[in-house]
Amino acid sequence: MLELRGLKKSFDGVRVLNGISLDVGAGEFVTLLGPSGCGKTTTLRIVAGLTAPDEGQVLLGGRDITGLPPEKRDVNTVFQSYALFPHMSVERNISYGLRVRGERKDQWHRRVREMLSLVALEGFEKRMPSQLSGGQRQRVAIARSVVLNPKLLLLDEPLGALDLKLRQQMQRELKDIQKRLGIAFLYITHDQEEALNMSDRIAIMREGRFEQVGAPEDIYERPVTRFAAGFIGQSNFLDCAVEGTLDDGAPVLNYFGRRFPGRKPGFPVRPGDSVSLCLRIERIRLLRRPSGECFLPGVLKSRHYAGGSIREIVELPGGQEVLAIQQSASEDRIAEGEQVFMVWNRGEAALVQ
Amino acid sequence: MKQRKILSSAYLVLVLLLMYLPILVVAVFSLNANTSRFTYNFTGFSLQYYEGLMKDTKGLVAALLQSLELALYSCLISAVVGTLGAVGMARRKFRFSGAIEGISMLPAMIPEIILAMGFLSIFAAVGVPFGMLTLLIAHVTFCIPYIFIVVRGRLAGLDPELPSAARDLGASPVRAFFDVTLPLILPGIFSGTLLAFAMSMDDFVISFFVTGPGTTTLPIKIYSSVRMGVSLQVNALSTMMLATVFLVIAVFRLVRQNKQHKGRSQT
Amino acid sequence: MRKKRREGSGAIWLVAPMAIWTILFVGVTLGYIVWLSFMTRNPDGLGVIPKFTLDNYLKILNPSYGKVLLNSLKLAALTTGVCLLIGYPFGYFMARAKKSRRSALMMLVIVPFWTNALVRVYGWRMLLMGDGPLNSLLLSIGAIQEPLKLLNTFGAVLLGMVYALLPFVILPAYSSIEKMDWALVEASRDMGASPARTFFSITLPMTAPGLLAGCVLTFVPSIGLFFMSDLLGGANEVFLGNLINTQLLKSRDWPFAAALSVVLMLLTSSILWVYRRAGGKSSDIAVF
Repeated sequence: MLELRGLKKSFDGVRVLNGISLDVGAGEFVTLLGPSGCGKTTTLRIVAGLTAPDEGQVLLGGRDITGLPPEKRDVNTVFQSYALFPHMSVERNISYGLRVRGERKDQWHRRVREMLSLVALEGFEKRMPSQLSGGQRQRVAIARSVVLNPKLLLLDEPLGALDLKLRQQMQRELKDIQKRLGIAFLYITHDQEEALNMSDRIAIMREGRFEQVGAPEDIYERPVTRFAAGFIGQSNFLDCAVEGTLDDGAPVLNYFGRRFPGRKPGFPVRPGDSVSLCLRIERIRLLRRPSGECFLPGVLKSRHYAGGSIREIVELPGGQEVLAIQQSASEDRIAEGEQVFMVWNRGEAALVQ
Repeated sequence: MKQRKILSSAYLVLVLLLMYLPILVVAVFSLNANTSRFTYNFTGFSLQYYEGLMKDTKGLVAALLQSLELALYSCLISAVVGTLGAVGMARRKFRFSGAIEGISMLPAMIPEIILAMGFLSIFAAVGVPFGMLTLLIAHVTFCIPYIFIVVRGRLAGLDPELPSAARDLGASPVRAFFDVTLPLILPGIFSGTLLAFAMSMDDFVISFFVTGPGTTTLPIKIYSSVRMGVSLQVNALSTMMLATVFLVIAVFRLVRQNKQHKGRSQT
Repeated sequence: MRKKRREGSGAIWLVAPMAIWTILFVGVTLGYIVWLSFMTRNPDGLGVIPKFTLDNYLKILNPSYGKVLLNSLKLAALTTGVCLLIGYPFGYFMARAKKSRRSALMMLVIVPFWTNALVRVYGWRMLLMGDGPLNSLLLSIGAIQEPLKLLNTFGAVLLGMVYALLPFVILPAYSSIEKMDWALVEASRDMGASPARTFFSITLPMTAPGLLAGCVLTFVPSIGLFFMSDLLGGANEVFLGNLINTQLLKSRDWPFAAALSVVLMLLTSSILWVYRRAGGKSSDIAVF
């Protein structure tokens, strides 16, 4: 559906996009995830046609739209600030795109009603944007873009201004609308939970480049870089030295004198190299005795109850502190200050550079 | 504290009285029954000067119409030029933006007589016939800054994404301007134009220098009428104009208050 | 072939009319004045002959003309001072008045502004005339024996100027006093400062922008409003504005008038420059 090829863009001499390439399939929900300033919004604006790239191409449905102005593209945007026309009522806002196409009231009236019921705002036709709450404005903005049946919908952090409860509800609603209408979504957020919840695929962006692109589970289980690993989920990073290789190709790792095997990484390693072991905080078990092939001794420094889970901090040999999170309280509670063994599965801990 | 309140109210009233004193004098004397050409002591009430104004206009009404015509054209031209300028400069930062802004503000900032002098000499040097044309050029020149500033202020308060949203939804840049930007800056254009209108109607110094034979604006006519003495028909006209202004402003305020009340009762 | 489209490329056409008009009718005009001031007056009649000279400026150094300049400065300074003295307290009381009163007061201040300036000056003229109502009143109650010569004096011109320019102090003063954080005044009083002390150390400095704007808005026009001095001062009081007027239209000495205008321009520019240096912003001056 959408192809981005080698997009580059600079503003005032500052490189914002450094060669972006991405494919979005029909009906796919792809999220651009990254810290502020990494180029997500710029990418979106280039796809929308509001900014022109210095180099690269944008293809929609196989057609090169790079030189086309925004009004000629079959792409619509939901802006971060919603950008509802303050002098037009809800129905005039939603019908705007249709009116521009030349439809008359008897033609667009029905469509607008359909949209309003889609976003659960029936009866709001004559209201003005100033009379709506944030969540309501958001929905009008979505309706306004979706009513035009675009091939691709661009969403720039649409839920950023909403409170948590509303945000979670809107996430479900958005995903629902997307599935029902079968429109491809290119979504921007800096909230990794949001990305994990909604996306078919995630593209992690950093300083104008894609660090890793893949399905949420892919990135979670097999992060390619430390940055990608750190951006999705919470992890502890243990810097280990590679000592040798096992028969199956897996490396033997050394952490402050303790040895254990690691999962085969996606890049070549030789003895003497340094790698980071990415231990997800949910993938650590704390036991009284060592178990399995991967474990490290440590001292339990503290334990906090956080609602439905327990957070424990363990100090490892060498002084590094790691965080482990457990869903339920185990019967056999280890006391603070006692020795404990941090245990994990080899296959669940990725190695990154 | 009560003392303070009385003091402040008294002060306000006093100053306001002084401000309205000459206006009151003009108004009261417009009703003078005295027909003498040598004194104008108040001898009684009469509408004779108003009648005189209607019949033998003495050029006053003609001058008023001339001023209105001039003000109207000046406003329209400067509104278009000033608005386009403000919109253009908001859209893209030109390197010369600051210079153009600065120079166009000058007519509103320097003593009018400088500009008047300049226009007179340059029009004479180039050979432009003095009259409505020169008046128009001069008036537009000093009206543009007022509209420019007001519209620019209005534009600055607009969400810059709005025209982008319109284009995203399929509108051409021109259409986006007319559908979105223009309606939102219209109040600004309106108040700027109103201000320019007032400035044009009120202008004496510049008009005095660039006018030509056969063209007289109201302020110039008033000036020549009152220079030598008293002209009570001027009083009559001025009183009528003042009453009109008062009425218009009062109506405006009432309409606005009404809208506010209605808005409050709706929510 | 991919088209490279730059954002805002059409904007230049929007700005063009204004840019052209401004450069043509303001830039060229003012430039012409400067050029004219260095030219020699054509002895045979109208206009100028293109011969460079500094005579026009040297002429200004002539004591009689110098007196006019000083007179104008004196008038401008006094006007500004009186306007500030009367206008600032007015703006102050207005800002402190009840909310409902404030808009009515604002309207009352602005309405005269909308009436023709000439008419208002004319009103004063009527009032102050030898056989005008003021004199008649004073005579009738026996306060004076002869009608006072109020018109055609420096005082009359000053009065007219102050009257015309008062709103230009009231409005910016009101604006900056209204925006002031009143909690600061209360804090000062709370700490034991007297009302006077609070005013001078808190209120006044905080409303300085309004004061400054008011100064500029009164000083600059007061040098140029020649019809004021013409109608109220007659032939006795000559100011810079009148001088330029007579030189231009009566004596037809255009280069000299141009030189005077240049001097006036420099005066105005230096005031604006001082204003900028003192921290003034153009937004404060755009009081309308």
